[in-house]
Amino acid sequence: MPDQERPILLIEDNPMDADLTRRAFAKRKVLHPIEVARDGEEALTCLQQWEAGKPLPIVILLDLKLPKLDGLEVLQYLKTHARFRSIPVVILTTSNEDGDIQTAYQVGANSYIVKPVNFDEFMRVVDQIQTYWCTLNIPPQV
Amino acid sequence: MRIEYNRPILLVEDNPMDVDLTQRAFARRKLLNPLQVARDGEAALEYLKTWGGNQPLPVVVLLDINLPKVSGLEVLRHLKTHPKMRTVPVIMLTSSAEDGDIQEAYQSGANSYIVKPVDFDKFLEVAERIDLYWNVINLPPR
Repeated sequence: MPDQERPILLIEDNPMDADLTRRAFAKRKVLHPIEVARDGEEALTCLQQWEAGKPLPIVILLDLKLPKLDGLEVLQYLKTHARFRSIPVVILTTSNEDGDIQTAYQVGANSYIVKPVNFDEFMRVVDQIQTYWCTLNIPPQV
Repeated sequence: MRIEYNRPILLVEDNPMDVDLTQRAFARRKLLNPLQVARDGEAALEYLKTWGGNQPLPVVVLLDINLPKVSGLEVLRHLKTHPKMRTVPVIMLTSSAEDGDIQEAYQSGANSYIVKPVDFDKFLEVAERIDLYWNVINLPPR
């Protein structure tokens, strides 16, 4: 399974941030399809329905502040299910609260990044996330 | 923006040339954090054993798989079950591109997996990218 066919799953309820993220990926002509889930429930439904043979994400970008099912619950689900737990999860969130950071790592987040407020900085950070997880990191074969 | 300069980077690596290259790459990027080197698996476990709660947690661990005395995967297991250390991001930085090693590393809780380039210049580049991502962009656990 070529890694380029594997999608990047973005779990993000803020449409502007989702759009910015898509644009940052587009700038780099990223080959991976970007899938967006707008809340925790949608993300889990999306993953659960992942058909056999359909490639699992190469990386998941996860906001903590989500409606319906919050980010930490989604993370908990991902990291306790054999099928999904190896997929790298990058927390990409506005929160820089010590409590959130600690809990995220304890539950098994691979990485934790605070979303920059500044537009250019945001684009740069998303670009660096993509470069790291999609071209440098070797993902698990799932 | 770099933070927490007193927190070490733990490099578990037996090849002195690779240690040197890593040090040089980090120096080029003006890394201020002390680089703590464990030159085999046993030394890494010793570091873990003698690490006291008052000492600063490493920002990140760079871990080779092929180590004398105790294997990198064994070290990984110890790191990821240590009550305090388990939240510290562990980046496998190894010459092994074996599927088996990759799978096992992720199953044992590795945050990331990178294959060391053979080429000198590429190695430097990779080490610099690792520094940029884990010591600048990523927020480590408290």
